[in-house]
Amino acid sequence: MTDQVSISIRNLYKIFGSNPQDALEKVYNGASKKELMDQYRHVLGLSDINVDMHAGKITVIMGLSGSGKSTLIRHVNRLIEPTAGEIWVDGENVLDFSEERLREMRRSSMSMVFQHFALLPHRTVLDNTGLAQSVRGENKQGYEKDALKWLERVGLGGQGGQYPHQLSGGMQQRVGIARALTSNAPIMLMDEAFSALDPLIRTDMQDLLLELQDELHKTIVFISHDLDEALKLADHLVILKDGRVVQQGEPQEILLHPNDPYIVDFISDINRARVLRVRSIMMALGSDLERPIVGEVDAEDTLESVIARSGGDADQNFRVMTDGVPVGFVSMRSLVRALVPSSASAGGMRSKAS
Amino acid sequence: MATYDFIFDGAGLRDWCGVKVSTGPVTMAELLAGAGKTESGSFWDKALALPFPSLDALNEACPSLARTRDLTKAVENGFLGAKDSLKVVLDPLTQPLSWLLEGALWLFDATPWWLMIPLILLLVHFASKSIQLVGFVASALLFLSFIDHYSFAMETLSIIFVCATLCVIFGVPIGIAMSRSDRMQRIMIPILDMLQTLPTFVYLIPLIFLFSVTEPKLYGIAIILYAIVPVVRLTDLGIRLVNKEVIEAADAFGMTKRQKLYSVQIPLALPNIMAGVNQTIMMSLAMVVIASLVSAPGLGVLVLRGIRNLELGVGLVAGLGIVLLAVILDRVTKAALARVNASNSVPRH
Repeated sequence: MTDQVSISIRNLYKIFGSNPQDALEKVYNGASKKELMDQYRHVLGLSDINVDMHAGKITVIMGLSGSGKSTLIRHVNRLIEPTAGEIWVDGENVLDFSEERLREMRRSSMSMVFQHFALLPHRTVLDNTGLAQSVRGENKQGYEKDALKWLERVGLGGQGGQYPHQLSGGMQQRVGIARALTSNAPIMLMDEAFSALDPLIRTDMQDLLLELQDELHKTIVFISHDLDEALKLADHLVILKDGRVVQQGEPQEILLHPNDPYIVDFISDINRARVLRVRSIMMALGSDLERPIVGEVDAEDTLESVIARSGGDADQNFRVMTDGVPVGFVSMRSLVRALVPSSASAGGMRSKAS
Repeated sequence: MATYDFIFDGAGLRDWCGVKVSTGPVTMAELLAGAGKTESGSFWDKALALPFPSLDALNEACPSLARTRDLTKAVENGFLGAKDSLKVVLDPLTQPLSWLLEGALWLFDATPWWLMIPLILLLVHFASKSIQLVGFVASALLFLSFIDHYSFAMETLSIIFVCATLCVIFGVPIGIAMSRSDRMQRIMIPILDMLQTLPTFVYLIPLIFLFSVTEPKLYGIAIILYAIVPVVRLTDLGIRLVNKEVIEAADAFGMTKRQKLYSVQIPLALPNIMAGVNQTIMMSLAMVVIASLVSAPGLGVLVLRGIRNLELGVGLVAGLGIVLLAVILDRVTKAALARVNASNSVPRH
């Protein structure tokens, strides 16, 4: 897998209001979101966003409602026009595109999955799935084979003749994903794709997405307000607050070294043992170990599974393997240390709030 | 002397006003004033009788000023003056409407009843897929035919058929244009409001000037202007109400405006558009009765006869026939609407 940047967002600003250009000047001169609202009646949607999204990886943009995450994803395919900034997709600035070229890009190189599915209620599941192709001008024979294949793949084999309202929410979103996959675009934008589903189905869908991603290596931009979901899916995690990027990086990295009280507060609720992986806490090969090595674990194993292996014995060490090659060691002592919640969250905002 | 003399005397306009010469028709008010003329009376009496300084009252004091009668006369003259040039443009434009109406009247009349009634029932079945409704329509039509109102009912139906079809042909595109441009909507809404609130008789006045009462297009235009409003409004509303996320999806998959209109907006707005068509048909029926005043044939003629000749029974029975037609048209279009809704139901979030 090449580590190539597919989508690059540079100095992006979005201001909602009657005269965004004037308001932008104010923002450049240091006006805050609140000042802009109180004094000029303009909403600062996004402020100085710089994000690189790598090809073949899942970039998750996370934030609470109102943080601007849905606005941000709509800039990638220009459903929303920015006030200032650049959006580079595979080496071309999307903002320079003519209407024609933009449509071409939406048809062939980007697909989108929506929170409320956004299926066409008057078309069958099969016709919905083949939407991208039919928009390109192919007839039913042209897209039927692809559409059926992807419907089968997302677990909806034999449902092609149904109408969307005859399916449950989870099944409708499977159609939404099949529709995005059938378009065969390398980039998939997923706007809170699983937020409207109930928790069990949501987990199923996340597993489905990861399974498909293992095979297809799409460039996925995923929006979520759920940290567990974000940590599970993300190769690269971007955390937004009030239209600004608070922290971005590898999820494990953010978890171990949060740089903002907002994030500390955010991560204080999660089960660290289930999310942190051995590779994040292992020691390099050749480290001095006081105690003998009792077994081998995989670098991608979660700490929870290592605890299960140790049976609760805090004196054990394990060798860490990747594809059968030893890459480091992990001791139960360092493991327990990694599970200690960040200081701020232990005595911090949550406990004050409750 | 007249009450408002002082205004013109004070402004030094007496010479301009000139002497009163009786021109034009005398108003009733002038005659009455002339009959009971009393110059005496206290200040209080005069104050009670103080007329509003309207055109007529001011004319009393200053004959050079126009009276209200002159105003209406001027409107009339203006209209008559413009009539000939308007006719040059409007006549050829609207002539096809006359042909359509004449053609439809002829067609409905020429088709024998034993062919026409089954044809209508077949159409009802096609639109509603409901045996009960077909049964109801059959008994209503047979009843109307049995009491010798068949040909009147067919005339009414043929006029509605032509006018409602034209309303849909013109109204839906206007509604689409309104839904796409806010400026177009701002222009159209006052016009639609006016068409909807203007008393139905008032439509007829300028039309009578423009066209001869023997021409079918006269009532055709009146019916179309009156009945086109709901289909325009509901098309605009329906398209504007289409789920924003679905529109976003259409954009995200790169649909052109045309693709979006035909494969997303119109199909999803169809229930609303159909509701508009239902209203348009009902309003055509209402207008076609009033249009009998300007020679529109059909059941309205019988109602008019009932009023004019005090033939109470004729008017009431024809009125019942109109109600029956109204119920038929309403039920059939509503059944068609329900079928559209059922095949198009959108889960609400």
